[in-house]
Amino acid sequence: MEALIPQVVVCTDVRRDTPDVKTFRILTPDGKKPFVNIPGQCAMLSIPGVGEAMFSITSSPTNKEYMEFSIKKCGCLTEWLHMIEPGQQLTIRGPYGNGFPVDTALKGKDLLFIAGGIGLAPLRSVINYCRDNRADYGTIDIIYGSRSKDDLVDYKEIIDEWMNTPGVNVHLTIDREQEVWDGHVGFVPNYVKELNPDIKKTVLMCGPPIMIKFTLAGLKELGFEDTQIYTTMELRMKCGIGKCGRCNIGAKYVCKDGPVFRFDQLDELPNEY
Amino acid sequence: MYSIKKEALGSLLAAIGAKRKLYVPADNAGLILFTPYADGVSVNLSRNPDVSAKDFFFPQVENICRFKVCGKTVDVIDNREKNEDFVVFGVRACDVKSFEVLDNVFLSEPVDGYYKDRRDHSLIVTLACSKPLETCFCGTFGIDCAAPGGDVEAYACGDSYAFRAITEKGEAFLAELSLENGGDEAVEACKAKINEIKAKLPLSDLTTEGFGGGKTKDLFNNPKWAELSASCLGCGTCTFVCPTCQCYDIRDFDTGNGIQRYRCWDSCMYRDFTKMSAGQPRPSQLERFRQRFMHKLVYYPENNNGLFSCVGCGRCLRKCPQSLNIVKVMKALREDD
Amino acid sequence: MQELIKKGKELFANGTVDRIIGWTRGELPYDREIRVFRCAECFEKDFVYDAFCGANLSKYLIEESGKEGKIGVFLKPCDSYSFAQLIKEHRIKKENVYAVAIECYGKCDSRALADSVEDAIYWITDNGPELKIDTVSGAVVRNTYDYMLEKCAACKTKKHAPGCDETIGDEGEKVDDCTRFDIVAKLEAMTPEERFAFWRGELSRCIRCNACRNVCPACSCEHCVFDNPASGISQKAAADSFEENNFHIIRAFHVAGRCTDCGECSRVCPQHIPLHLLNRKFIKDINELYGEYQAGENPDERAPLTNYTKADCEPSVVYKRGGKN
Repeated sequence: MEALIPQVVVCTDVRRDTPDVKTFRILTPDGKKPFVNIPGQCAMLSIPGVGEAMFSITSSPTNKEYMEFSIKKCGCLTEWLHMIEPGQQLTIRGPYGNGFPVDTALKGKDLLFIAGGIGLAPLRSVINYCRDNRADYGTIDIIYGSRSKDDLVDYKEIIDEWMNTPGVNVHLTIDREQEVWDGHVGFVPNYVKELNPDIKKTVLMCGPPIMIKFTLAGLKELGFEDTQIYTTMELRMKCGIGKCGRCNIGAKYVCKDGPVFRFDQLDELPNEY
Repeated sequence: MYSIKKEALGSLLAAIGAKRKLYVPADNAGLILFTPYADGVSVNLSRNPDVSAKDFFFPQVENICRFKVCGKTVDVIDNREKNEDFVVFGVRACDVKSFEVLDNVFLSEPVDGYYKDRRDHSLIVTLACSKPLETCFCGTFGIDCAAPGGDVEAYACGDSYAFRAITEKGEAFLAELSLENGGDEAVEACKAKINEIKAKLPLSDLTTEGFGGGKTKDLFNNPKWAELSASCLGCGTCTFVCPTCQCYDIRDFDTGNGIQRYRCWDSCMYRDFTKMSAGQPRPSQLERFRQRFMHKLVYYPENNNGLFSCVGCGRCLRKCPQSLNIVKVMKALREDD
Repeated sequence: MQELIKKGKELFANGTVDRIIGWTRGELPYDREIRVFRCAECFEKDFVYDAFCGANLSKYLIEESGKEGKIGVFLKPCDSYSFAQLIKEHRIKKENVYAVAIECYGKCDSRALADSVEDAIYWITDNGPELKIDTVSGAVVRNTYDYMLEKCAACKTKKHAPGCDETIGDEGEKVDDCTRFDIVAKLEAMTPEERFAFWRGELSRCIRCNACRNVCPACSCEHCVFDNPASGISQKAAADSFEENNFHIIRAFHVAGRCTDCGECSRVCPQHIPLHLLNRKFIKDINELYGEYQAGENPDERAPLTNYTKADCEPSVVYKRGGKN
């Protein structure tokens, strides 16, 4: 099988999560999951004629029925994706990347997920994996922030499922006051400090660069070490298999050696991301 | 070892060309380019061709697959070209080494089938460099231009050419041609002469000291990058003439009768190479310029057991519109020590 | 060259400029790089002006003149037209540039020169009409005029465009017996099929490195149409066998009327494609249809292709009459 030649899949369902994020349910034409993956891995989705791009797989591998991608409208291909309707065929290839070490380093740990905006997408896969394998992990805390209530991705799942899972604590925040919101208001980095999490936790973080920067600084102030904090990176990709040469940070390729890095690993790499 | 008189080269090439596709270095508008062999082609073996031999395995553009899009359905058709056996004549030691550099990328898992198929169908007849140029520095990377390798090695010695098989494939190839034995002494003399010239080359004292895997922190933030990259035009000349540059882009083209997905050469020197909707990790030419040289001198060796992804062919020295090149970069970065 | 160094030092000393863009020695005996000198001492030590300084500095002034301070520049006659044209197009901030007009008697095509020598070159001595080349197996001599850049062999003028702040040496004259349109005329005399075959052959060598575009002073768009994926064309290798051709044809149209014929496109082309001939065809046509016009020559005049007068001809009618206005 040629790595660059994709397989055909069908988008069976499109769900609007926020004004600019939609979640796409993907199956093979005969109704199966296209492939098996690890939480945090990605895949190349394409609309032939428009282009191909890398997206994190947002559904958990424990979901045996289908695969999901939560995609924010921000460029050419994503605008097209936002226009498709159920039944539309697309192409996919993958899975790519290392994924989160759910069966090794993260096992048995108390986990703290920190996400901002669409940054929840790659973490959702891990969160649901850990919920489905609840006995393998310690406590699960989720701090998730967005610009407004409407911009919280997977809000329904968070309220209906995550908040009702024993041992899972969800802390939501939005940037500015809103009439329909009686929860926390404020930026993620500050909220993390306010919540003052136990520094024994292992952190999985994803969000806009500015959020990462300030949250990381805050976590370190609280006493967290770089070795406890994981993130997942995004750079421009074309091949997904470490050959086309554009997603490297120093000698590491995000598509192949990443996208998941620990901050002590990132520290070893040049600051070019 | 086999030998033929120089004037018999034409009939030898014709004999090879009669059986297989054959590419030879030939004159073209003042350049020397690998050209399909045919009657009347002006073979020129005087220096290394202007464009590297990487095109034979990693062409400038090639089809990946075609899509038939009809309503909501998509069909994927593997329409890659079928390769026949072919011979490339007159490849120099530097370009042969570049195949190893490319192999590490394309033949590592997952194997690139397009590249592999071409490699499998090829037979490489190399040629020792009798007259290396002022731009040549293959010796810096441990390459011996007097022992070029490939499937068959050729030497231009006085009034004759000598051939030696290196691989089994090369042995079978030479056996087919029923050449006369001989040439061993002439080759030794030829090698001795080349070694004499090599020692005198202006770039013969360039070493890789200070470069290699693990040197990122030493070199990445060197203030010299700003001046080194200042006059870079951001064109792709260096990357496209380079035998080891292998970055590529994947694009779709609407043929009017389906979508053709193709792969083409890309260049880290281009401003849109890493540009995303979300941002640009290499916003100026400094970062792009630095990436190219860091990749060749640090990142690639780090991932490939110390092998550098420069082979000292000197094409970037010959071709950069503004006379920037890897030698200058290596010397400038070294000055700090 | 000594006079230029003296002038440069003086400009630094009296505070006219805080930096000077000029040429300096590169790695090889015939390499000249472009450098921004930031002090009189480094300028004196490294600035070079000789037979190998073919590169046009004008385009760099777009970026440099946008920075704080004032930059000095030495302009050969042909470079001065690019400079003047870029000022006219409001791409260079003239107030941030101090331009010195310098003489030029033609520059060497260093690639052709190097290719003419079989052995490795380690030194070149410029003896005016002769170049003495030391190689690993002895010295050879080449006639300077046989290895001039095409743009110099077909030099159109030794006179600078207006806009320079001062001149070193004598101001030259237009070249009366300029031969630059000879090859264009030859191409015009071909049948359409022959001409098509000529260009298909030349352009078939294109590797789409974009050196011609990136070096071209007339290609000063911040975002080239070929870098816009939504334009349906690609700045990279083409999927379709005509696309490389398309690129060069469109580029020639985009610079028509603004191209000063500085010859940089052909100088930098790694594949020896005579790209300047496309632009020269436009220049020749403009000259014939609207009267002699040299881009960059007159800062106040409107260019023929962006101007309309009642006397303007209808090209199709002119060519029906046999190609003369």
